[in-house]
Amino acid sequence: MKLYELTAHELHDKLVSKELSSVELTNALYERIGEVEDKVNAYVTLDKENALAQAAKVDAKIAKGESISVLAGIPGGIKDNISTKGLRTTCSSKMLGNFIPIYDAHVIERLRADETIFLGKTNMDEFAMGSTTESSYFGITRNPWNLERVPGGSSGGSAAAIAAGEAIWTLGSDTGGSIRQPASFNGCVGIKPTYGRVSRYGCVAFASSLDQIGPITKDVTDAAIVLNSICGKDEKDATSLPVEVPDFTKALVQDVKGLRIGLPKEYFGEGIDPRVKEQVEKAVKKYEELGAEIVEVSLPHTEYAVITYYIIAPAEASANLARYDGVRYGYRNLEAKSAAEMVTLSRTEGFGAEVRRRIMLGTYVLSSGYYDAYYNKAMKVRTLIRRDFEEAFQKCDLLLTPTSPVVAYPIDGKMDPLSIYMLDVTTIPVNMAGLPGISIPCGFVDGLPVGMQLVGKVLDEATILRAAYTFEQATGYHKVFAPLGGKHND
Amino acid sequence: MKVTTQDVKYIAQLSRLNVPEADLLEATEQFNQILSYADILQKLDTTGIEPTPYVLPITNALRKDLVKEGATHEEALLNAPAVHNDGFKVPRVVE
Repeated sequence: MKLYELTAHELHDKLVSKELSSVELTNALYERIGEVEDKVNAYVTLDKENALAQAAKVDAKIAKGESISVLAGIPGGIKDNISTKGLRTTCSSKMLGNFIPIYDAHVIERLRADETIFLGKTNMDEFAMGSTTESSYFGITRNPWNLERVPGGSSGGSAAAIAAGEAIWTLGSDTGGSIRQPASFNGCVGIKPTYGRVSRYGCVAFASSLDQIGPITKDVTDAAIVLNSICGKDEKDATSLPVEVPDFTKALVQDVKGLRIGLPKEYFGEGIDPRVKEQVEKAVKKYEELGAEIVEVSLPHTEYAVITYYIIAPAEASANLARYDGVRYGYRNLEAKSAAEMVTLSRTEGFGAEVRRRIMLGTYVLSSGYYDAYYNKAMKVRTLIRRDFEEAFQKCDLLLTPTSPVVAYPIDGKMDPLSIYMLDVTTIPVNMAGLPGISIPCGFVDGLPVGMQLVGKVLDEATILRAAYTFEQATGYHKVFAPLGGKHND
Repeated sequence: MKVTTQDVKYIAQLSRLNVPEADLLEATEQFNQILSYADILQKLDTTGIEPTPYVLPITNALRKDLVKEGATHEEALLNAPAVHNDGFKVPRVVE
């Protein structure tokens, strides 16, 4: 077995027993990146020098017999919308193509305290607006399971890096499914924590009431380990929750007996690929065999969720992205004759088509005369969507759904924006309600991974981790590796 | 509700963006496609429903008002596209 195929917890044991050094491990990962990166393009920026220096520090600590955290010396990748001091952070946009942050995001501070290794910054849809990673200014990322397919998005680079063995763990961000959907398309585990669990400080803002950072990993245990590192109250993010963070690895119990799993009927109806549905239904049967109780529930406002999201998220984005004026940082058109012209030209040239489309949509729904009809209405429907979940959770402990209605689709499939937006119907409502959701692999269609989503009550990551862990240990889909580098199907 | 190419130009101006003439028709069509889909929301009766701007019940998140180090002058100018006399340089604003 290759080093890049191992998990963080397996590698930690090897570091501690001195079977392996962090420098060796880090070099092995860069070697792997060198082998496959021209096919996959998971990274925007690599940081080998600093990564190896950090690895040497961890090795010195181990040599002295000092204790280390589980993530110490384990190489990971960071989505390129998470601020890393001194290391270029682009949001995969021309606008921030040369941007060097002067501070670390809160999650980066936490991971640095755990002495983990940052291999580099992973590719994404520009400003996290998209579900394919095709809108990146730095080129598309390809799906390691089939290089002609999209890796999903917006955290496509973070998920593809895991599937291709280019990182042991990564961070993504999830506004409407941007961790869970790429995790599903790449056969990885991805968790979006409860809104407020993780500080957003230093995560470049897209839609502030929906954005949340979370891990993408090879297995559920690693997801719990990374969560342990990044969760917790941060006074620099007023929306981070002042609540105790449990040890999430304690939730990794192989037992779902008596757990009530709700199947929202709206998620299994029209629009879902029947082959995806079949795989998810097989997972439901597995849970029944393992002793869980399956109950049907209803989330009646599901059909309104996508458009509600595509009003609220662009509205927030149009306000958040107003800061890009070419004055203090970011791209500037240097030919402009006036300050006003400089702002307009810098924004027009610095942002890609999808970002410009969403800024304009957001500006429209917030503009005088349309605010009530669109934005205010959407916020009220958001209340109804949230209440749907509250009612469903009266009957069950967690929900099980497909993560996406489809498997990874072909690159440049020429879909119009609205058709692509509609595919987010299974993940968006979870952000609207601020709930925790995890995607884990549960089967294959045509050699492409299928993901199932488990959704928990507010702050109840523990239950979905437990259910995910139980399924994973009883099946083993997480142990199947993407064919890249070996046989290449299609 | 439907928007015209004139509306899209106006929205672009509010957004401090330009839409090239060649793209105006397509942009208007895409706008209308999304907006006509948004009409399904009007089917829902939301009388008396409180809006949800944020899902959390947090109201005032307070912290101690302490003096702390902020960004240095050099850090603040590190990413500036143009610098003059230790400040951000921009084209003339007032004629």
